[in-house]
Amino acid sequence: MLKSLQRQQHPLATPNGQIAVLDDHESVSIPSFESKLNEMGHDPLIPTGIDIFQINVGKMCNQVCAHCHVDAGPDRKEIMTKETMQQCLDALAGTDISTIDLTGGAPEMNPHFRWFVEELSKLGKKIIVRCNLTIILANPKYNDLPEFFKKHKINVVSSLPYFNAKRTDAQRGDGVFEKSIKALQMLNAVGYGMNDPELKLDLVYNPAGAFLPGDQMALENQFKRKLAEYDIVFNELFCITNLPISRFLEYLVKTEKYEDYIQELANAFNPAAAVGVMCRSTISIGWDGYMYDCDFNQMLELKVNGPQHIADFDLSTLESREIIVNQHCYGCTAGAGSSCGGTTT
Amino acid sequence: MRLIVLNIDQCDNKFNILFMETYYQPGDLKKFGEITEWQKELGDKFFDYYGAVFQEGALTAREKSLIALAVAHTIQCPYCIDAYTGDLLKKGVDEEEMMEAVHVAGAIRGGASLVHGVQMMNQVKEKLM
Repeated sequence: MLKSLQRQQHPLATPNGQIAVLDDHESVSIPSFESKLNEMGHDPLIPTGIDIFQINVGKMCNQVCAHCHVDAGPDRKEIMTKETMQQCLDALAGTDISTIDLTGGAPEMNPHFRWFVEELSKLGKKIIVRCNLTIILANPKYNDLPEFFKKHKINVVSSLPYFNAKRTDAQRGDGVFEKSIKALQMLNAVGYGMNDPELKLDLVYNPAGAFLPGDQMALENQFKRKLAEYDIVFNELFCITNLPISRFLEYLVKTEKYEDYIQELANAFNPAAAVGVMCRSTISIGWDGYMYDCDFNQMLELKVNGPQHIADFDLSTLESREIIVNQHCYGCTAGAGSSCGGTTT
Repeated sequence: MRLIVLNIDQCDNKFNILFMETYYQPGDLKKFGEITEWQKELGDKFFDYYGAVFQEGALTAREKSLIALAVAHTIQCPYCIDAYTGDLLKKGVDEEEMMEAVHVAGAIRGGASLVHGVQMMNQVKEKLM
């Protein structure tokens, strides 16, 4: 299994190392993302409100995916404490925020995950868990996750970059496709992915290389047809563009594809997608309680403007903040747009 | 293909010392639109037509891209091969499907040669006793 960039002590493991590449205007001649927003009259970018509370409960994961923007893996020990989780619950109470989006790493590996879900469930909000599928089979203690998800009406959102083993395993590790298929069948067996709107199973597609995703609906139809061969059903497919940070950035630099890729993202800038970027309706909380405009800014340690820790959460201040942008933001505005919920146009 | 070797002191350390210069420059594909600069009216008409051809129609955009890949191999256009391989990856087409499209091109090209064997046979039959 691969080691995380952090474990390798790779220069791109640090936010500064990544930002140095993204800000290298000498090697790459594309306009600054900020200037593109300025042309549209959207500089500074401000929120439309906060509807999604995305919590990264830790960087520990049972997989080491080649494109992971979190640089997650078994060797990452950063885990959200129960105290920070309680601060998140305190912040959420009394707000109109409708959706809580739990991510990681593999969020299920946090020892307080089930307690946290149970407490969040009491708030009566929609809960998303970004489940990597293989965790369900990684250890007998996780085998009942489908039932646990069902009990709390979790919207399960799972990555499956392709409908065959070759491309899936190349990105996510040997044997991941086969285990993912088994896990999807287990989720289907308890009722996920069918007609019950409370048991929604969505898949995430991201390209297995340095290219943009194609049409979301066409890919969804293709995935549904191909996965039916394994008797698997699911609800929606979300297309997500790979952002040039962390391990995907390292892949781009190592294979000398970075310049072409960032150029392609910039050329595909879509003003309509820029208006609908997810950071305008999301707040992202890191494992240590610090707040960010999105999960990608979190990995670059670009903390929100204003009070920065969940202990100081103030909804009205956050709703009027200026969102921090950088060149990686071109990833969310290319083509049909990209967000944790798929395309944005 | 020409191999150009630069002296190290001519090079910025960030770049490779060896360059492969080929008649077809991959970067030129991105300049395709520039053909309108020297004949705008005809160029615009071509690109409008091109765009319309690849819209969803009686054939899906996916099917059209697979046809384009096969044709690209038939006419051996490196730009077209690069463009439609990338396009098909975006569309989620797998390696097996792409290679089958190339075999369609190969079969038609091979068949086009072999079917002329009948012409050869006709000639032989005519010329021999």
